[in-house]
Amino acid sequence: MTKDKHSFEEDLEKLQKIVDELAKGKLTLAESIKKYEEGVKLIKECSLRLNEAQRKVQLLTKKNGKFSLEDFDEEELAEEEK
Amino acid sequence: MTQENFKLFIPELKTSPINKQVYTVSQVTEEMKLLLENNFSNIWVEGEVSNFKVAPSGHAYFSLKDERALLAAVMFKRANRDIKFKLEDGLKVICLGSINVYPARGQHQLIVEKIEPKGIGARQLAFEQLKKKLFKEGLFDPAHKKPLPLIPLRLGIITSRRGAAIRDILGILKKGAPFVDVIVRSVNVQGELAARQIAQAIRDFEQFKEIDLLIICRGGGSSEDLWSFNEEIVARAIYNCPLPVLSAVGHQINITLSDLVADMFVETPTAAAKIIVDKKNNILTELEGQRNNLEKEIRDVVYELKSRILELKHLLKSPMERLLEKEQILDDLADSLLLHYRHYLDATGQNLRTQVARLEALSPLAILSRGYSLSMLMPGASIIKESKEIKKGDLIKTVLAKGALLSSVQEVFNDKR
Repeated sequence: MTKDKHSFEEDLEKLQKIVDELAKGKLTLAESIKKYEEGVKLIKECSLRLNEAQRKVQLLTKKNGKFSLEDFDEEELAEEEK
Repeated sequence: MTQENFKLFIPELKTSPINKQVYTVSQVTEEMKLLLENNFSNIWVEGEVSNFKVAPSGHAYFSLKDERALLAAVMFKRANRDIKFKLEDGLKVICLGSINVYPARGQHQLIVEKIEPKGIGARQLAFEQLKKKLFKEGLFDPAHKKPLPLIPLRLGIITSRRGAAIRDILGILKKGAPFVDVIVRSVNVQGELAARQIAQAIRDFEQFKEIDLLIICRGGGSSEDLWSFNEEIVARAIYNCPLPVLSAVGHQINITLSDLVADMFVETPTAAAKIIVDKKNNILTELEGQRNNLEKEIRDVVYELKSRILELKHLLKSPMERLLEKEQILDDLADSLLLHYRHYLDATGQNLRTQVARLEALSPLAILSRGYSLSMLMPGASIIKESKEIKKGDLIKTVLAKGALLSSVQEVFNDKR
């Protein structure tokens, strides 16, 4: 749960802003390059996150009004199928 | 007793006045009661409901009618509770029940045990009626529907942990969107407990919060199997849920109330998972597009700078050209100066040569070349202009045009040339 879960909405918005700022053409060359690099980095991070294969599957249970999460055994599912 | 026997029994009654048999009201009513109740028990009666009302006791009273007749009917609380749809006037129904005679009023009525709508099944009718009611209340209102997240990062799924639905969804997500965390809340998806559990699970996720999309799903089955998803408590729980809800119940052909209330619905659990994969792919496409935009913009920036540099270079070039021009003028000037100087020198030289020539013409040596000679008294070498300057015996040097000679004076003639 420590996984960075800030939304893609925010990142994509940020990206759009960077592109817009660049498009306005009011930045110095150094600023432009900085923005460009920032944008490319953001794209890379987003793509990486989308292709990350570190998902967690958990089962939510509730006992006496308290929630608890346990690992959901996907293997068990596959076994049952056979 | 059969219908056949009953008909045979009536003529007997009709012949009885001859015997002058007199019934009391109670007796005849009692006879009728026996007759009717024995003959019309557990019969199916078809008719249209009218004058329907439910008494405070919970018993329902109404009439069944057709074009020519009317039959009073009562459905006691116990039976009334079991019916899934709502009875109302005008509804065409088929009732299973028994005729009962109520002696105090001298009336007969049908005690209804079971009632089914005619034409469509009871469940279907119940579904239609509930749908109508919820629609009126605005539960399907598009304005109430929440947008799904751009892409869910933590998914809540309400389904049976042992069903095909969860297996299908997890399989597709694993392949297509393996970054999505999944939290499963396992419930019965059919049977008596199902609707209650589903509704409770929705409220649990509401409380649990840490998800950004809730999928309520179940694999295909008969419409009875899917019935829990048509229950009012499920529909209301979905409606009241602040999280975006995606409903994916059954096959293509089944549309459940949960589908209609949910913020979005798809036909199958597989389709629900595919939506997430599609969303992922859309983002990847957008990222690619933005990368192209970035490339283009930075190229534009560089291009712009380049053209500005060229422009500046151009501006810088002009004074240089002017300088060169001036240099050229200078060169030209220098050239002509040189030329003039040479002219001057030439002219001067010419003059000089003339002067020299004149000078040369005046030179005594030039005279000598014409045959004249020059005599000088030696040893002083003073030029002798008059004979008086010399005397006999003096040594004189005579310079000729070419060469000279030394001689001594023999004689002096002062009066002669």
